[in-house]
Amino acid sequence: MTESLIGIFLTAIFIENFVLNQILGLCPFIGVSGRTESAVGMGISVTFVMVMAGVATWAVQNLILVPYSLEYLQTVSFILIIAALVQFVEMVIKKLAPALYKALGVFLPLITTNCAVLGVALINVKRNYGLLESAINALGGGLGFLLALVIMSGIRERLAISEVPVVMRGAPIAFITAGLLATAFMGLSGLI
Amino acid sequence: MNNNSNLLHELTKGIWKENPIFVISLGLCPTIAVTSSMTNAIGMGLSCMFVLVCSNLFISLLRNIVPNEVRIPTFIVVIATFVTILDKMIQAYAPALSASLGIFIPLIVVNCIILGRAEAFACKNSPIASILDGIGMGLGFTLALSLIAFFRELLGDGALFGYKIPFFANDPALIMIMAPGGFIVFGLLIALKRTHDLKGKFTK
Repeated sequence: MTESLIGIFLTAIFIENFVLNQILGLCPFIGVSGRTESAVGMGISVTFVMVMAGVATWAVQNLILVPYSLEYLQTVSFILIIAALVQFVEMVIKKLAPALYKALGVFLPLITTNCAVLGVALINVKRNYGLLESAINALGGGLGFLLALVIMSGIRERLAISEVPVVMRGAPIAFITAGLLATAFMGLSGLI
Repeated sequence: MNNNSNLLHELTKGIWKENPIFVISLGLCPTIAVTSSMTNAIGMGLSCMFVLVCSNLFISLLRNIVPNEVRIPTFIVVIATFVTILDKMIQAYAPALSASLGIFIPLIVVNCIILGRAEAFACKNSPIASILDGIGMGLGFTLALSLIAFFRELLGDGALFGYKIPFFANDPALIMIMAPGGFIVFGLLIALKRTHDLKGKFTK
């Protein structure tokens, strides 16, 4: 049991990295990875929302939707839960860390439309994960997102001061960097 | 006459000038995740177009009823409803497509293009203009996905729509249909579009 939990955790971070392997949550990955500081803030808030969403959607799925055979409401109910959670996190950060709130700016409400958050909820349902497994998978997924974001922002800080051809500046070079990063992550697939 | 040309503009702007993928860079995840084959790309593109047209129409009809403060949640519920309908339809009539697109069908809900068009266009314009906008943006999205998928499937699988193409099928570069290939092809294509745009500026 514990072994499989560790397996789920490590797989979610390294092997099935949400950004670089499953290709979820690209908008913030490209949008917020310009500076390491905001990348860390974004990564942590996404991780937090993902774990809470993983637990909340598990509860709704198994305590409400399945017993009353309302599975067709899955998409609608999940997205509403996530939207409410994001509102909540936004209020907490605004109160506790105004500087971070300022730095994250428009990207915080965008966590709602971050497909990694809805993605982890759907993957948990698809794989029939229990409560603990769902939470661990969400935590691993969130940390994997944080890891990819931080590595990317480190590279992009260096890219900002290097000579890149005009047409490649900004998004194109970021995508090509992401491609190389994803290739490197493929090397981890034999880990478990 | 002027009115007609305006409507035509709503239809065509999404295809090139305001292409949702290459110009506005919205809806990136499906762009890279499902473009490993032409069939998936076109299936995804048309699915998004269906949701876009339906949600644009309904949001445009609701635009004078919904209070401003709760418009975003309303939009999301409208979009999620159509995505659910689409999901069930694809499961029933095209199970193979449903299996290969997987969670990316329900994830259309969080595709920024759809919410973006609802917020930027449908909630301010008439239903007919909104439908045309939806069709245009949907077509632009489908074309962009097909273009990316064309290169990826040809180079990575040596095939198009699953049919092997001679010469390319001899020794395909498998990495092109995996995640890294998607990122690299997409990056190069944006650079290519920029080169084209810059050229236009210098010759003018």
